[in-house]
Amino acid sequence: MKFLCVECDQQMAFAERDLPGDGTLAATFKCPKCGRVVAMLTNPMETQLVSSLGVEIGGRTVPAEPFETVRANVVTGGPSWSAGAQERLGRVPSFVRGMVKKIYADYAKERGIAEITPSIMDTARAELGLEGM
Amino acid sequence: MRTYHQLTDPDRSGLAAQIGAQRQRVAERLAGVRRIVVVMSGKGGVGKSYVTANLGRAAARSGRAVGVVDADLNGPTIPSLLQDGDAPRTTQDRPEPTRGLDEVRYVSMGQFLEAGAPLAFKGPSAESFVWRGAMEASALREFLADVEWGALDLLLLDLPPGMQRYLELCDILGNPPAVLTVTIPTPESRDAVRRAMRAAVDHGSELLGIVENMVGGELKGTAADDLAREFAIPVIARIPWHPTPDAWNQLVTRIPDARRTTDDGR
Repeated sequence: MKFLCVECDQQMAFAERDLPGDGTLAATFKCPKCGRVVAMLTNPMETQLVSSLGVEIGGRTVPAEPFETVRANVVTGGPSWSAGAQERLGRVPSFVRGMVKKIYADYAKERGIAEITPSIMDTARAELGLEGM
Repeated sequence: MRTYHQLTDPDRSGLAAQIGAQRQRVAERLAGVRRIVVVMSGKGGVGKSYVTANLGRAAARSGRAVGVVDADLNGPTIPSLLQDGDAPRTTQDRPEPTRGLDEVRYVSMGQFLEAGAPLAFKGPSAESFVWRGAMEASALREFLADVEWGALDLLLLDLPPGMQRYLELCDILGNPPAVLTVTIPTPESRDAVRRAMRAAVDHGSELLGIVENMVGGELKGTAADDLAREFAIPVIARIPWHPTPDAWNQLVTRIPDARRTTDDGR
């Protein structure tokens, strides 16, 4: 995508990108000759289309994180599990692991906890009387 | 007024370059994979995931390093097939593949979703068809590029029914992948699978052969033989309703070039 200052017949230069958090995107471009600035404002659907490609308007400034698109966009429906919490869950006998996982997940959901860590598991065990799980 | 290509200053966003970098990342990550095989069918319910998981397990038991990408993002079943019914575990913070039964490495959207929850994306729900396909393709790309697969003899991709995911893979991989086709004996399956195979041929994929699944039961027909004759490729396995491990072991030996890493000292 390029912007042309018709009056100057000059390609405008990217200046700034803003993500206001409402699903829209604002990007400004400036004419290097006359200094005129224009803003491109995309609606949520347009913004999402670009986002879904895993690219960034204005150029990528930091390297992509692993699973960046999945982590940012997939509705996981529950809290995530830290590596330590997963390891501890893995030590629970398999025939009750699903039930134990659900107990901790429900505990986290009810309290708005985004990530379950070993510390959260300790707190939940104490509060719920789950010693040994 | 000048047009896009007449403006010679670089596009600062460099979207094409960003897409190119994504492909490069996929290529680098998969550089240690000897053979990529997609397991596909134009027909749903023929047992693609079942064949993928058991082929992967048999190959792993024979000493091969095997990975599986569950490319059926909306109906992921690989975690339950390779993890013996254990609750799926999220891999969000751990780019290593999960080690399943027989040490088959895998990644699946099922590991990111709560049990029973459908795949849903954050974003505007109105007209979501505009971007949802691109989002799924990006997720698939990340499964390939972000997972530390390591050296593999065989990477199997379990595709959903239809051709869309295959076409996305051709773009993501940069080359058409080799295809293992799964069908059941019925003429309805034959006709649906034929379309998928034709598309694979049109895109330049090598057809490795046909696996006829659910043989010997109520499903009647000659789909595998018909397709084999039409495409001049072998029927490399007929899997009965209740297969023994031998059925899968034989299938492994008939996949061309699925060598073990130890075969040449790697």
